Amino acid sequence: MSHSSGPDSLIKMANQIGSFFDSFTDRELARSEVAKHLSRFWDPRMRRAIMAYDTEHKDHNALMPIVREALSTMPAPPPNN
Amino acid sequence: MSLPRPTDYGTPAKESDKYVTLEIDGVEVTVPAGTSIMRAAQMIEHPIPKLCATDSIDAFGSCRLCLVEIEGRRGYPASCTTPADNGLKVKTQTPKLAEIRKGVMELYISDHPLDCLTCPANGNCELQDMTGVVGLRDVRYGMNGANHFTEGTDLFMEKDTSNPYFTYDPSKCIVCNRCVRACEETQGTFALTIDGRGFDSRVSPSQMEAFMGSECVSCGACVQACPTSTLIENGIIEHGQAEQRTTTTCAYCGVGCSFDVESKGEQIVRLMPNKDGGANHGHSCIKGRFAWSYATHPDRIKTPKIRKSIDDPWQEVSWDEAIQYAASEFKRVQAKYGRDSIGGLVSSRCTNEEGYVVQKLVRAAFGNNNVDTCARVCHSPTGYGLKQTLGESAGTQTFDSVMKSDVIFVIGCNPTDGHPVFGSLMKKRIRQGAKLIVVDPRAIDLVKSTHIKADVHIPLRPGTNVAVVTAMAHVIMTEGLHKEQFIQERCDIDSYNMWKEFVSREENSPEALAAEIGVDPQLIREAARLYATAGNGAIYYGLGVTEHSQGSTAVIGIANLAMATGNVGREGVGVNPLRGQNNVQGSCDMGSFPHELPGYRHVSDTTARSQFEAAWNVQLNPEPGLRIPNMFEAALDGSFMGLYCEGEDIVQSDPNTQHVEAALRAMECVVVQDIFLNETAKFAHVLLPGATFLEKSGTFTNAERRISPVRRVMAPIAGYEDWEVTQMLANALGYPMNYTHASEIMDEIASLTPTFTGVSFEKLDKLGSVQWPCNDQAPEGTPTMHIDTFVRGKGRFMNTLYVPTDEKVNARFPLILTTGRILSQYNVGAQSRRTPNSEFHSEDVLEIHPTDAEARGIKDGDWVGITSRAGETVLRAVVAERMQAGVVYTTFHHPFSGANVITTDNSDWATNCPEYKVTAVEVTKVSQPSEWQQRYREFSRKQEDFLANAVAKV
Ligand code: SF4
Ligand code: SF4
Ligand code: SF4
Ligand code: FES
Repeated sequence: MSHSSGPDSLIKMANQIGSFFDSFTDRELARSEVAKHLSRFWDPRMRRAIMAYDTEHKDHNALMPIVREALSTMPAPPPNN
Repeated sequence: MSLPRPTDYGTPAKESDKYVTLEIDGVEVTVPAGTSIMRAAQMIEHPIPKLCATDSIDAFGSCRLCLVEIEGRRGYPASCTTPADNGLKVKTQTPKLAEIRKGVMELYISDHPLDCLTCPANGNCELQDMTGVVGLRDVRYGMNGANHFTEGTDLFMEKDTSNPYFTYDPSKCIVCNRCVRACEETQGTFALTIDGRGFDSRVSPSQMEAFMGSECVSCGACVQACPTSTLIENGIIEHGQAEQRTTTTCAYCGVGCSFDVESKGEQIVRLMPNKDGGANHGHSCIKGRFAWSYATHPDRIKTPKIRKSIDDPWQEVSWDEAIQYAASEFKRVQAKYGRDSIGGLVSSRCTNEEGYVVQKLVRAAFGNNNVDTCARVCHSPTGYGLKQTLGESAGTQTFDSVMKSDVIFVIGCNPTDGHPVFGSLMKKRIRQGAKLIVVDPRAIDLVKSTHIKADVHIPLRPGTNVAVVTAMAHVIMTEGLHKEQFIQERCDIDSYNMWKEFVSREENSPEALAAEIGVDPQLIREAARLYATAGNGAIYYGLGVTEHSQGSTAVIGIANLAMATGNVGREGVGVNPLRGQNNVQGSCDMGSFPHELPGYRHVSDTTARSQFEAAWNVQLNPEPGLRIPNMFEAALDGSFMGLYCEGEDIVQSDPNTQHVEAALRAMECVVVQDIFLNETAKFAHVLLPGATFLEKSGTFTNAERRISPVRRVMAPIAGYEDWEVTQMLANALGYPMNYTHASEIMDEIASLTPTFTGVSFEKLDKLGSVQWPCNDQAPEGTPTMHIDTFVRGKGRFMNTLYVPTDEKVNARFPLILTTGRILSQYNVGAQSRRTPNSEFHSEDVLEIHPTDAEARGIKDGDWVGITSRAGETVLRAVVAERMQAGVVYTTFHHPFSGANVITTDNSDWATNCPEYKVTAVEVTKVSQPSEWQQRYREFSRKQEDFLANAVAKV
């Protein structure tokens, strides 16, 4: 049995990031800050997992809209070695 | 020969822009106005005899030994209480003065036992020295009158040996009051008084109690101030006077006190706080001064060990074999699971040089960025929040700056317990009249103690810091208490306008947020007005701010407040994170985070990266690596399978213990380097002996960015300093490292880090310590940051929306558990538990409010089960008024307490710093340890047996 909470914990973390920047009135700034945060602090395997979740869940997606918007602007992360 | 005492000027130094010139024994001397004649005389090396004066405390004028003659003045004024003045002509030695002094000494000696030869202070006693100096040859009164030293007589009192570190022998007391004043002025505890009157009087802790039962916190200031052997360290009683002195830095907390280790050979006699220490000026707390015997504790790991599985006994092997085995396992894991499948952790207790070498090992030899440090679990939000707003991941001031503050705002920290020496300084300033705001769920010591009372205490519900700072910002902006000119000149205006509009919204008013915070909104208004308008405002915060799901938001909110009120960039103000461990600041500076190279430069920064690539002769990965919690997740997913862990005990200190255990069990190669078999080592495959701070050279950087030297006092017990072990591992992995001394590592750091270019061991030898940035612009360091501009250029405001944590109380988990630390123990306690400090705190307990206890039928001392969404543990209950109803509190100094079995995976949004401070729990009365505790005890016993029965490999 794996104890890992898999995408659930990543979704939660991504939404926490989203909530912080969501209060920025400048939407464009908020979106780019979320994308920047994910790129600068998340290991590529985490970014890959959250992006995979996002593309696989067109509907019933648990991510906040601001996070989804940010993800859509981010390049695919490089593979881990 | 005993060591010479450091020069004692008799009275404290005075600061003044006015100087006065006088003549002492015909020599002209110029001193700042307010300086005593005694101090002025010592400055020209004409010492005046003294007993009741010492330069750490104000003069008292009771012994009458320091009398002088002043031309044109009548009588013989005491030089310790008489200020120097223009034109005075002073004589320190005349026949008349000699006669008076002899008379004074004669009286003292007539009530003092004449057992100098066997007295522990022999060779280092001011009474002895003064008797010699005045030339006393006989005592006319004889030694047979009423006295305090003849056993069986009325005045005789037994020795008090209740304190494990020092002894009080009343028969030697000369009632000079130095100890009493040291406890008041230096420490601020007010535990001592002089009991009785005149000849009968003696020093007494609290009301004639034993030291251990009194309010005394064992800081040792009184012992240090005592001129006789009345209060004396047990180290001196046991070993005699020391012969060598080595200056080093305390390895416990982020205050970074400087100490003189007094030793003979490799035997340490005592640690004396260094008068020239920039952070402590000769003061210390119980941990630094006394709790160092763990260094020679029999539990120390002395030889390297390996094993295939954690269910196997340990095999003792040579260093070479252990290192080769670790390297081959890491290579095997990387070959099987990929280059990114291993990583390293370095404790924030290690030196800067060790931290630097570990991140270099990970980046250059492992070939990835999976490096992290325990600062992750305490102050990573500080790094993030202050970098985003002010531009530098560090506090803005010196500790001494607090002496220029008019209002002190303490949020989420408990300096008197967590940062005791700074706590004492802060209390001194408060006694001088500075205003005080405390935001803390508990009525901590500062809220009310002897001569200290908070002007405003906001007993917020745990988890609502962001609501408090945002509401304070609302008050400041809507009542116009901000400094518009400062903001216009120094801050980024777009961000300011956005923030201003945000905080001014009605939903961010104290009234709107009061229900969440759980306090009267008026309190928040008062706090905001006081902070914004009372003059120099300084904010001090700690883990009560950072260890939350909104830890980074709260740090940002604090920086917003300081910028909005212009409280940055000069003495007396600023944003001051109180760091937990000794080298939290340093380990962050050294690039121990997976996204940052030394000097806080992101790994994606091509310019910085290529500098390191050139110096290290290797290609570096531009993508951030895994943080500690991410490593655990990745281990359980099967993509992170090997860990090098230096000096850190993640099993005990990280949240959700069972999750951490599962992650470690999933890994194929865990290498632990530590001084003891810590809880993490019980899950290890390779165990490498570490060295204590007494056994190595290097530097620590404290909470005020002060880089202080750590100097080797004895040889490493297992042969190597920690950086040497890391270096051997790098070499075994095929990446060459060839440092021959820690100073060469610092030279490399300086050559690659713009804020460190001026730092070297030679400079530290010369200056004692230095605060970074230290470079061509600031060759002697930078006490105050952001003076004319912010490091990032313009200060940036950011919105701080309050988002309640997911850890919500409900019917099943109706109480909030919050965690903290106490004075005598230190974090996971691996060191302090192995010293007599355990006599002060032998177990972790659960503090619970009387109302909550009663509702559950819990009485003081009962065993209680504490259950959260993550797990269950059992502790003894202490029913305490200082808790709010609805909030329970515990510490995490002992492994079997399992405080972290109940803390959850919730973490700070920006940094993954765990939310230790808020866990929803239920508490019930129980009769036996929890299932986890029973299981863990069993596991732990087995692991200890494996260690005790380790066999040498044949
Ligand atoms: S050890 Fe410290 S607290 Fe205790 S009596 Fe002495 S000065 Fe006061
Ligand atoms: S105990 Fe020491 S410092 Fe205190 S009054 Fe006696 S002699 Fe002076
Ligand atoms: S205050 Fe901190 S640094 Fe100073 S002696 Fe105590 S533990 Fe050590
Ligand atoms: S030293 Fe001045 S009166 Fe004692």
